[in-house]
Amino acid sequence: MKKKYKKYFSSAITIFVAIIISFYLVRSMPGDFIHLRATEIQLQQSLTYETAYNIAKRQYNYDPSVPIYKQFIGYVGGLAHGNLGQSVILRIPVTDIIRKALPWTIFLCSVSLFISFLLGSIIGLFVSFRSRIRWLDSTVSFAAALSQSIPDFIIALLLIVILAINIQLFPLRGAYDVDTVPGFNIPFILGVLYHAVLPVMSYVISTIGAWTLTMKASASTVLSEDYINVAKAKGLRDKRILSKYIGKNAVIPLVPGLAISFAMMLSSSLFIENIFSYPGIGYFFGFSIGNRDFTLLQGILLISIVMIVISNHVADKVHEWLDPRIDL
Amino acid sequence: MKLIDSLTSRYKILTHNNRAFFGFLILILYFLMATIGPHLVSLDNIIDYAGRYQGISLQHWLGTDYAGRDTFSQIVHGSTDVMLIAFSTAFFATFMAIIIGIFSGLKGGRIDAFIMKIVDILLTLPQFPIMAIFAGIFTIKDSITFGILLACFSWAPLSRGIRSQVLSIKNKEFIEVCHIMNMSTFHIIFKELLPNMIPFISINFIHIAKNAIIASVGIMLLGIVPLSVTNWGMMINIATKQVGAIYVPHALPYLLSPIFFIVVFQFALINFASGVEELFDPRSRGR
Repeated sequence: MKKKYKKYFSSAITIFVAIIISFYLVRSMPGDFIHLRATEIQLQQSLTYETAYNIAKRQYNYDPSVPIYKQFIGYVGGLAHGNLGQSVILRIPVTDIIRKALPWTIFLCSVSLFISFLLGSIIGLFVSFRSRIRWLDSTVSFAAALSQSIPDFIIALLLIVILAINIQLFPLRGAYDVDTVPGFNIPFILGVLYHAVLPVMSYVISTIGAWTLTMKASASTVLSEDYINVAKAKGLRDKRILSKYIGKNAVIPLVPGLAISFAMMLSSSLFIENIFSYPGIGYFFGFSIGNRDFTLLQGILLISIVMIVISNHVADKVHEWLDPRIDL
Repeated sequence: MKLIDSLTSRYKILTHNNRAFFGFLILILYFLMATIGPHLVSLDNIIDYAGRYQGISLQHWLGTDYAGRDTFSQIVHGSTDVMLIAFSTAFFATFMAIIIGIFSGLKGGRIDAFIMKIVDILLTLPQFPIMAIFAGIFTIKDSITFGILLACFSWAPLSRGIRSQVLSIKNKEFIEVCHIMNMSTFHIIFKELLPNMIPFISINFIHIAKNAIIASVGIMLLGIVPLSVTNWGMMINIATKQVGAIYVPHALPYLLSPIFFIVVFQFALINFASGVEELFDPRSRGR
């Protein structure tokens, strides 16, 4: 019980550090952008400079005139009210952008993670069970090493060149058909799935090798356990031994890796979503770094770190649920 | 003599393990390309739009780019930069990880808990975006600075590993003997602790170098760090984002060359790392 609270406490500290980093980012922004924005508002809405300046301060959730610690308190206070400021370039609240972008990223990453984990562990399980077939083992090892050596964005580029430009089988960019109406209707959902194929493939191809190898290693330790010999001696079918005896036990050590893999995908989304112009948070991450849109940048950074912390907790919960022996 | 003996026996294991030997050979080729290659192959900067996107030929081994310049010479000249980034990152990150890991492990107690807390936080940060952000804030102009920046966000996992190795070694008998014999901490660290961790450290060194290439190429692909145009990451950036070579079917040799060289290098690193692992850990041999 005590350990559990410790874990929440350390997550809180992590998020707090993330807030400090994002705060530092705004302060490191070159130029007096509040002044620029204030003069703009002044011209547009014919207000006095002071009023315009106050509006600009609220928009960016940043006040340069007060001492640093007060700025920080003000910033955190703004965060507590859900005020992530307004995007410098896009001129809309950062929370609106995140609310639209985050579901796309979660969709891509979770689907890819699911497919890659499932396929990888099935292949790994099968190979370890049939490890006497030398060619199978060496082919899979080779393929797994190759999968680990190609960065996901390179796979994305290759897929684009081959399947989107030369064969024109899949769309080049975007997340859905522009002609369809976003919502719960069949043409839109089909379009979304169709557009997700290439990004999902890039994630899956680059991560499946690691899952295969870890599953293979995990399954071969389980294979040497006595109860497997007992199961074989009892004359149980291979299929049953594979799924109920080996698979179930071998998959448990892989579960904590899910959170790590999810975090990696989230961090790779910076590259993948930019290559496919997929409107998730990775795309806006790249956009905000490239255009020095620091308010958007800090908002997205913060939300990604919170996501990673949450995914760690979820993986812990799943791990605990699968294996009651461990006490986290 | 003993050293030579152990080295030759290890060399034999390396040559027996095909995968590791293959990786090792490729790494040597890349090393030669990065060191003496630029002196052998001259970089032509003559723009000749009539000869753009040529295929593979004897004159142009990997074809020509969007302005009719030889791709192969660009690859060779860019390799120096790529290797420099990879190995400076690995060097600085390993250095930081060793110092922090050993310090944390030997000190123990509250200092250890505090350092490991920092490591935990660093591990939670999304790696590539953080690297990209800092690369965007500090305008980076050379490879080594870039390497140092990447190293700042790459040392954490290794330092955690080194710390736990120190924890497991430091209570063993031979370290206690050192304490009793009143040997200096310096001696314990460099003569007793580090030699025991060399396999672990060298494998991680290779993996950090591998990840540094992924990170640096990705960041250059986004166009955040504009380094020399012959850098492979920049070549891919130019081909895909700036001149639109991905839409030109016969530009494939130009587009695929840097990709091919990156992938082969990564593949060699992975194979070599697995070879090194077997070299030091006889139990994993033949697995």
